[in-house]
Amino acid sequence: MPKRSDIQSVLVIGSGPIVIGQAAEFDYSGTQACRVLKAEGLRVILVNSNPATIMTDPEIADATYVEPITPEFVEKIIAKERPDALLPTLGGQTALNTAISMHENGVLEKYGVELIGANVEAINKGEDRDLFKGVVEAVKEKIGYGESARSVICHSMDDVLAGVDTLGGYPVVVRPSFTMGGAGSGFAHDEEELRRIAGQGLTLSPTTEVLLEESILGWKEYELELMRDRNDNVVVVCSIENFDPMGVHTGDSITVAPAMTLTDREYQRLRDVGIAIIREVGVDTGGCNIQFAIDPTDGRVIVIEMNPRVSRSSALASKATGFPIAKIAAKLAVGYTLDEIPNDITEKTPASFEPTLDYVVVKAPRFAFEKFPSADATLTTTMKSVGEAMAIGRNFTEALQKALRSLEKKGSQFAFTGPVGDKAELLAESVRPTDGRINTVMQAIRAGATQEEVFDATKIDPWFVDQLFLIKEIADELASVERLDADLIAEAKRHGFSDAQIGEIRGLREDVVREVRHALGIRPVYKTVDTCAAEFAAKTPYFYSSYDEESEVATRTKPAVIILGSGPNRIGQGIEFDYSCVHASFALSDAGFETVMVNCNPETVSTDYDTSDRLYFEPLTLEDVLEIVHAESLAGPIAGVVVQLGGQTPLGLSQALKDNGVPVVGTSPEAIHAAEDRGAFGRVLAEAGLPAPKHGTATTFGEAKAIADEIGYPVLVRPSYVLGGRGMEIVYDETRLASYIAESTEISPTRPVLVDRFLDDAIEIDVDALYDGHELYLGGVMEHIEEAGIHSGDSACALPPITLGGFDIKRLRASTEGIAKGVGVLGLINIQFALSGDILYVLEANPRASRTVPFTSKATAVPLAKAAARISLGATIAELREEGLLPKTGDGGTLPLDAPISVKEAVMPWSRFRDIHGRGVDTVLGPEMRSTGEVMGIDSVFGTAYAKSQAGAYGPLPTKGRAFISVANRDKRSMIFPARELVAHGFELMATSGTAEVLKRNGINAIVVRKQSEGPGPNGEKTIVQHIHDGEVDLIVNTPYGTGGRLDGYDIRTAAVSRSVPCLTTVQALAAAVQGIDALNHGDVGVRSLQEHAEHLTAARD
Amino acid sequence: MTLSTRGAQTPAVLVLEDGRAFRGRAYGAVGETFGEAVFSTGMTGYQETLTDPSYHRQVVVMTAPHVGNTGVNDEDPESGRIWVSGYVVRDPARKPSNWRSQRSLDEELAAQGVVGISGVDTRALTRHLRERGAMRVGIFSGNAIPDEGTLLARVRQAPEMTGADLSAEVATKEAYVVPAIGTKKFTVAAIDLGIKGMTPHRMAERGIEVHVLPATATLEEVYAVQPDGVFFSNGPGDPSTADHPVALMRGVLERSTPLFGICFGNQILGRALGFGTYKLKYGHRGINQPVQDRTTGKVEVTAHNHGFAVDAPLDKVSDTEFGRAEVSHVCLNDQVVEGLQLLDRPAFSVQYHPEAAAGPHDAAYLFDRFVSLMEGQRA
Repeated sequence: MPKRSDIQSVLVIGSGPIVIGQAAEFDYSGTQACRVLKAEGLRVILVNSNPATIMTDPEIADATYVEPITPEFVEKIIAKERPDALLPTLGGQTALNTAISMHENGVLEKYGVELIGANVEAINKGEDRDLFKGVVEAVKEKIGYGESARSVICHSMDDVLAGVDTLGGYPVVVRPSFTMGGAGSGFAHDEEELRRIAGQGLTLSPTTEVLLEESILGWKEYELELMRDRNDNVVVVCSIENFDPMGVHTGDSITVAPAMTLTDREYQRLRDVGIAIIREVGVDTGGCNIQFAIDPTDGRVIVIEMNPRVSRSSALASKATGFPIAKIAAKLAVGYTLDEIPNDITEKTPASFEPTLDYVVVKAPRFAFEKFPSADATLTTTMKSVGEAMAIGRNFTEALQKALRSLEKKGSQFAFTGPVGDKAELLAESVRPTDGRINTVMQAIRAGATQEEVFDATKIDPWFVDQLFLIKEIADELASVERLDADLIAEAKRHGFSDAQIGEIRGLREDVVREVRHALGIRPVYKTVDTCAAEFAAKTPYFYSSYDEESEVATRTKPAVIILGSGPNRIGQGIEFDYSCVHASFALSDAGFETVMVNCNPETVSTDYDTSDRLYFEPLTLEDVLEIVHAESLAGPIAGVVVQLGGQTPLGLSQALKDNGVPVVGTSPEAIHAAEDRGAFGRVLAEAGLPAPKHGTATTFGEAKAIADEIGYPVLVRPSYVLGGRGMEIVYDETRLASYIAESTEISPTRPVLVDRFLDDAIEIDVDALYDGHELYLGGVMEHIEEAGIHSGDSACALPPITLGGFDIKRLRASTEGIAKGVGVLGLINIQFALSGDILYVLEANPRASRTVPFTSKATAVPLAKAAARISLGATIAELREEGLLPKTGDGGTLPLDAPISVKEAVMPWSRFRDIHGRGVDTVLGPEMRSTGEVMGIDSVFGTAYAKSQAGAYGPLPTKGRAFISVANRDKRSMIFPARELVAHGFELMATSGTAEVLKRNGINAIVVRKQSEGPGPNGEKTIVQHIHDGEVDLIVNTPYGTGGRLDGYDIRTAAVSRSVPCLTTVQALAAAVQGIDALNHGDVGVRSLQEHAEHLTAARD
Repeated sequence: MTLSTRGAQTPAVLVLEDGRAFRGRAYGAVGETFGEAVFSTGMTGYQETLTDPSYHRQVVVMTAPHVGNTGVNDEDPESGRIWVSGYVVRDPARKPSNWRSQRSLDEELAAQGVVGISGVDTRALTRHLRERGAMRVGIFSGNAIPDEGTLLARVRQAPEMTGADLSAEVATKEAYVVPAIGTKKFTVAAIDLGIKGMTPHRMAERGIEVHVLPATATLEEVYAVQPDGVFFSNGPGDPSTADHPVALMRGVLERSTPLFGICFGNQILGRALGFGTYKLKYGHRGINQPVQDRTTGKVEVTAHNHGFAVDAPLDKVSDTEFGRAEVSHVCLNDQVVEGLQLLDRPAFSVQYHPEAAAGPHDAAYLFDRFVSLMEGQRA
């Protein structure tokens, strides 16, 4: 069946901002889908509020709407574009839920838009737990096996309490319906836990529905990825087995592909059930994943759930097998059948087959609990990881150890030195799944635990446990032999030991181990991911390393540029850096280079085998990168290695690569040092005559105190060489300074703590710029909405700046140029300034692609990362202007007056975390970055753009209702005007007594409500927290002050999160919100594609 | 727990007839073995593969690196013994894990005297076989392995697969009956050319009493069981040597008894109809092969194990001695004939394995088709 001829245009919905459970994988799948549909000659209309995505690049779709993904805005887009069809299965739960709402409110019918890739009935059958149970029952009826865990559906707390009895008591699992990434689900061991988890679940579920289920904790967990076409052909693309048994969300588990511990009979049974389910649910075309649990004692199979759409697992499965699920799903959606689609990798065979692997893939999750110290780090059925790394090896041990070192986190690799701990203690600790449990297990093995003891404690399958023992035995042998011989080194490498690990065990430096290894001729070979275990020749150079015999890297004649990616997503280093790497690859390919991508993050576009000429799916450690450079140097000429675009990960390798003779292009390692080292950077600033806040560096409390005493509190303290403001804090007094220094484990003479004067009330400004050694191109100037002291990654900002004048821009330009020149930048630089009084302070400079590059690029319609990559390889800004990559004249500092205003807003993961008592974590913003993603609002005026950014990030701003205001003393003055505006818009104000008094004195009436600390009143008057929980508050303004003061609003803010009430924690945000509310109340907010914005901007520039 | 047993392991070497050699460690029995080197791409089902009589005289290279993870049980074998003549794996399991596991694969191979080798670059070996074709191979393990030149000479003395008549070597010597499960509806005479245990089971599930007959069975012996249908099984060797089964099948076709053939049985039908057979460069061995049923256009994912194929025209209906015949199934990877059917008589066959052990169950409907033929004949 060929392509359908009745569809000419398709609307694709993206997944919006990166949040836990819904990350870069949907950019990967969405980008693939848009490209495929466009190549099929369809007009592709895209909506996605996330600017840091490749899919929202203007070339990917025909009309790209960076607008909020809400039914209201999507309807406006449909009304304007009138697409024939809507493809909702590639943008995660967000897209699916939006599509369902638009179906339910009749919009799709009204505009005659056909849902393709999934029908509403199938989506409901797959997603609704009760219906899905019916599906599983029907399947059992037909094929004789497959069952659901015993369960009850509940719509109220009474249902929930009664349900436990029918299931035979605790523990039970709680799963809310229609939430993503398992949000709100968990295990309840007693009534208190049950009330908390189920209460939240009922709130989170859009249908106020939760499922209670028998506990299958400790069972083996599997997942199948399936695809079906409209001719009813079904294939299983991949099987995945979880290393961590049931009880840990699959996104938080170490997972392995293919399944390792199933016989064919058991595997085929899962396959039969999976196929019967996809048919029964009625997924017409496209992919789905199905999760299974298997009782390790008797093989009883339980179907856990299915997702009738492309998912995080399908991205992983695509990377693990070379079978591009999203791309094929898009083709199936427009009418092709699997046998009509060629397998990209072999080119000769069709996609209607099942990939077979001759390697092992291990995915390991990356957590960010260090950012949320109060959060409970126990892993449950609610996903908590913020990113993941994948590794490929020829066996499990190799893949596992590569995955663990890909996590690039202290302590993530197995350690075999140091004191042996207490076996009983370590085993007891292993019972609770946590980030790094596998390391605890390894320590227990070192302490003498037996295989049986490890299994009893963890329920990790005995085969996996034995593999851990195998690794440990090799470590023992490495430690015990008199001298390392070639056989032993080769064996250790074959099981994934890094040079650094071997060095640690032997008491040798990593580079010494490497030298010995090279002298013995032991180097990795590179094998190809080819979907077919070498049955057919592969045309796609998608490589992984292994210590085996034969390498498959072909020679080439074109000079290669090796681009180092950014590794697993984490807070502070996310999809934005992948965006820049992908752009570099595209630009350098256009410029005639052979592009070689190195990365280990399966969620990304950069690790799509289509993105670069060659892909190495490898850890980003010095050892792994040096080996790739070596292999590529044997294949042909290397023009250079790009380290500037992947964030701190590749940047950190820069000097060592250069020391090993690798041609690092762009800003030199020395220049990077000049920007990162306080002393060196101070000299750059002094030479350029630029002021920085008073500061000093200290390695002891004494030194820190002396500096703080001199420059005065509050001070901003932070460790050196970190990204995302890790460990950064505003310190208001000496006591906290002392405890900060005491708690900081990373401080050493080579890594001092930085102490800066904290500029209260300053306006913070971010600048992205390009420098080619002679000329500066000011990419964009972003004015933060929150004041200095809130991490730039967490702060909302506007571009062009809304309160800065021509004089300020001129100063910024001059300062930026001075720094770029002084540091010696060749490519991108990001500088943060603070405007305090009339002094423009330089806070810091990063000579690399920054987090804001995609935002700046989209807001100004100029591809900065592409330009930076070209500059790294020798192009000048003048040449790029001539070529058309950069505008002929002007830059991001000279945007025309009627240029659109873009607002970036950060998205925070608060609702994901609970402390050990089950309470929410505080939501106050600070100097340490904690956001997981961002959205962009773009419109002709600031208010509307801001309102769009809020709608995209958190849901629409309220336009009427009740607003609660409680602000710190210093904010009381600046609160008055916006408060008056709220009243003018018809809001009723609520305030705590102090704030209410100030409002009253200024002629603004506010209802006085009780603080949480006051408790309910004598006549049962509610506290503010109770009001929030009862849904009586529509907007919350709560600004904290100081360390102690910051805690006062804790209950208010956590209540706001759990009830999803917009909560503003700065007065600047309040002022912006008032402008947004004003815009929403004044007439219709329109939508406009990036292409239209760009056309307008280009016209205005000329 | 002792240190890694790395040092203690017995060395082994694999030598291909074109001179390429791979060094590794002994796996299973220690000694030497010869056969035709073929690779299998299935990620599950090693027990079924090892016990499939079609692998007789073949040294099987597993492309999946981890083998033996689920151990060995007494339920999954496809016949009474391991048939492969040698086994090549990369990472054998040290400890099996499965609730049905009774012993380790290493033990099982050793107990049955199957010589294997582990620790070799199986992907390099597979690529080599893909490019150069299946060829003779020897595996030698022990502490006194001769030099490679000597080994190579011995590999080149081993018999080739082309021209090998092997089915009598693997088939049952005595007839036996597999009773129908539930009510008996039909009787089928199944000619054992190397039949797998799952095949009569799949028929029995459908109410068929299966009389499994030796490969040497005569037409009289076949009809002595008063069959509603006759089945020709899979099996090892070169179909061009299978003159007796071809003659037997022609007798069945002449009587228009419903006929179904699998794998070797498909090649025999091809020959009975007057088509030729030929040796594939490296064969189809795996459980992920896309086969299209040309009558419905649907694609099924199927289990394959064949080194030979039927040479029949894909683009037209052929006239044969038994009426019109057409290619009913084709492999989408390489357009190899995967099924034949007669249009004027109740006979069909497939080159792949609908009984699927190991492998997906997509093609199980073919047994239903056989049942329909038998029902049609009765009506």
